[in-house]
Amino acid sequence: MAGILKIARQFIEAIPHANALGLELTKIGNGEAEITMSYNEALIGDPRTGVIHGGAISTMLDTCCGAAVMSHPFAPSSTATIDLRIDYMRAATPGQTITTRATCYHITRNVAFVRATASDEDQENPVATASGAFTVEGK
Amino acid sequence: MARSRPEPMQVVKQRRDAALNAIVEGVPYIRFLNISFDRRGDELTGVLNFDEKLIGNPLLPALHGGVTAAFLEVTAVITLSWEYFFPRIESGELDASDIFGDETVRFPKTVDFTVDYLRSGLPRDAYARAFVSRLGRRYASVRVETWQDNHARPFAQATGHFLMPQPKPEKE
Repeated sequence: MAGILKIARQFIEAIPHANALGLELTKIGNGEAEITMSYNEALIGDPRTGVIHGGAISTMLDTCCGAAVMSHPFAPSSTATIDLRIDYMRAATPGQTITTRATCYHITRNVAFVRATASDEDQENPVATASGAFTVEGK
Repeated sequence: MARSRPEPMQVVKQRRDAALNAIVEGVPYIRFLNISFDRRGDELTGVLNFDEKLIGNPLLPALHGGVTAAFLEVTAVITLSWEYFFPRIESGELDASDIFGDETVRFPKTVDFTVDYLRSGLPRDAYARAFVSRLGRRYASVRVETWQDNHARPFAQATGHFLMPQPKPEKE
């Protein structure tokens, strides 16, 4: 498991935009993934409140969903987003770390179905949820 | 008595551009992605200025899908805000260069946003345009598309719903 996590970390570190946002892969395996992002003033969407822009959270959710697909026991060689729907429940509290968790709950030879949530330190009330379909590339 | 002479168009245009600049400069995340806006008459085009840090797949290479989603969302929100504030900016009632200093200016909030990825985003500039399908008192529905070399071949499109700023209830 530690080996998989190390490989997965290297995988995410190879993504320039994931690096630019400071994303950290904290859990991976069996079709599930968890990614965290520390509060960063460069990502503020509303300068009056300091709330992180929804676009940065979209990127976390997309990356997390892709990682969940890659970690599925079906072991696709690669994946790409077909579509992703994001619902924004509330603003993330400024200063707090954001955590996204994704589950690949069904996979076929061609398509992977994924859902994910994003939350800040109040884990009971998600900031956003996502659901999407991803391509499954051959082995 | 003759009507007062309309303001020169150049003055009105300067106000529009000053307001756009104030928004782009005022939002850190828009600067982070290096998105700018090109205004021709009443048409607004978002421009995602390419940078290596926007790459999501270094092997292809391709833009990160999250960057594409964020670019579409930023373009949708700015276009929607634009149509919403437009008359007040044009008339000079709002100080175009100080959008964030004005307490009465509030932005639409994204309720949901759905992105269709049509092909991979190439490592170069991208453009986006949003169309406000419905602008009601509470909700708005917006469609937005993004393309690179050929406008007829968009690489992603999205639709989103937005909650419009609500007037504050009167204080007792």
